[in-house]
Amino acid sequence: MDTATTNAIEIRDLVVDFGSRRILENISFDIHQGEIMVIMGGSGAGKSTLLRCLLGLKAPTSGHIHMLGTDICHATKTDLYKMREKMGVAFQGGALFTSMSVAENIQLPLREHTNLDENTIQIMTRIKLDMVNMLPHENLMPSELSGGMTKRAALARAIIMDPKLLFFDEPSAGLDPITSAELDELIIKLKKSMKMTIVVVTHELESVFAIADRIAILGDRELIQIGTPHEIKASCDKRVIDLLNRTPRESIVDSDAHLKRLTRNAQS
Amino acid sequence: MIKAINELGSNVLASIEQIGRTFNLLVIIAWKLTQPPYQIYPIIKQMYFIGARSLTVIIISGVTIGMVLGLQFYNTLERFGSVGVLGSAVALSIIRELGPVMTALMVVGRAGSAICAELGIMRISEQVDALECMAIAPDKYLVAPKLVAGILSVPLLNFVFNVVAIGGGYYVGVVLFGMAEGSYINGMIDSVVWSDVRLGLMKSLIFGMLITLICCAKGFYLHLSEHGSKGAEGVSRVTTDAVVISSIAVLFCDFLIGAVMS
Ligand SMILES: Nc1ncnc2c1ncn2[C@@H]1O[C@H](COP(=O)(O)OP(=O)(O)OP(=O)(O)O)[C@@H](O)[C@H]1O
Ligand SMILES: [Mg+2]
Repeated sequence: MDTATTNAIEIRDLVVDFGSRRILENISFDIHQGEIMVIMGGSGAGKSTLLRCLLGLKAPTSGHIHMLGTDICHATKTDLYKMREKMGVAFQGGALFTSMSVAENIQLPLREHTNLDENTIQIMTRIKLDMVNMLPHENLMPSELSGGMTKRAALARAIIMDPKLLFFDEPSAGLDPITSAELDELIIKLKKSMKMTIVVVTHELESVFAIADRIAILGDRELIQIGTPHEIKASCDKRVIDLLNRTPRESIVDSDAHLKRLTRNAQS
Repeated sequence: MIKAINELGSNVLASIEQIGRTFNLLVIIAWKLTQPPYQIYPIIKQMYFIGARSLTVIIISGVTIGMVLGLQFYNTLERFGSVGVLGSAVALSIIRELGPVMTALMVVGRAGSAICAELGIMRISEQVDALECMAIAPDKYLVAPKLVAGILSVPLLNFVFNVVAIGGGYYVGVVLFGMAEGSYINGMIDSVVWSDVRLGLMKSLIFGMLITLICCAKGFYLHLSEHGSKGAEGVSRVTTDAVVISSIAVLFCDFLIGAVMS
């Protein structure tokens, strides 16, 4: 098989509703094996929601998601769990278990899914903690961590099982530039050395162009554009250009007109 | 008017759905408990948590209620000149009725609310989702140990409650009112039969299951609750609901069991 063209994830006609609100409409794209796919889009565009669908946590209203050959929207629980043993996830808010220390959090998948002896578990934990620069903090409780430390601990937990697929929801938000750059390097290293397929949701333009093999841009419920960083930079779509140039919304530039709109009801 | 009927209808449907979900959870967990791996340590940890959390309040309420009963019965029985049966009166009401009910209510207030809030917070902070994504079934990993621990702890706490409550009655009858020690204890031993103990035990097993199940389900299914509530407000609301519903369920079940068994 040619790894460059094999799809790790295929998304077809995905529609997602929350109650009567449509969040995503007819999303279709592929994520190739061994690539870093960055998903971008404004706040509330549905990036986390798309990720939750990929993880099998939210059932889409319609559409299909094939992941490493499994249709995760219609798979049995057993198949889904088998699939998930090959996935690592770092949630937007970290989602560390508050009753366990950082090290225990990271060890949990190892303890549940492998029969490794205590020594090996400790060593593997240390290796991953060192990768995310959290070794000095292994005995802290999640409540004692800063936002950035929480993110890094969650990352370490996501890669502890050396997954084939890795999902990061905003890994670098809230990190200082140096740690953020280190993290970008780590992501690239994971892709190269472990041949992981990595899906990253991020806003940080700098890190987007540092790590992305391809970029998918979400907005207005749909996929606006997907392509290599080069193609995205050359895009003619106004929404993409605005996002890349950090153009403020018109409402903020044209403040008079916006003020009128905001006070419309109050005056009448 | 039609709006009110609509609202009533949807509320009823939501409640039925919730009850269905709760018992479904019970069935799933019962099934999963039969599958390996079998883990004892988490259950012991939860039993310690539920037991230790409730022990003080169980002892205090047990002694108090025993003393109140002793006092009440002594005054009443004295009028009929039959203080001799004080021991059996106290013991029977404690073992058959008050022990299981009061223990369950205390555990709801002390441990049940904590369980519900804990699961609710884990749900809203995506910790439950994180477990799912690690291919660790959250119902088995999180809820099952709590449920088993609840079913085992409540009868144990009930036993403690019974002992201290009977002790409280003894204190009032024998120490305060100078009743003969032998008549309190012998009266008790003579009148309490195995079926009374069995009834109490059965009640506390059922209550233990009922309250932990309700409290767990309320917190665990926070994201499905009526207003799809999130955040601290959602947790506090389901916790209150869990306490109220499980207390009512205990009282109602007590009546049902009493009616069926007598
Ligand atoms: N549980 C929910 N119930 C109802 N609506 C929801 C829920 N979760 C998300 N939404 C809605 O779905 C939309 C997309 O949310 P999502 O969290 O996916 O955005 P996002 O792109 O990840 O934003 P951000 O960059 O701020 O994280 C939002 O409009 C939000 O209001
Ligand atoms: Mg998000």
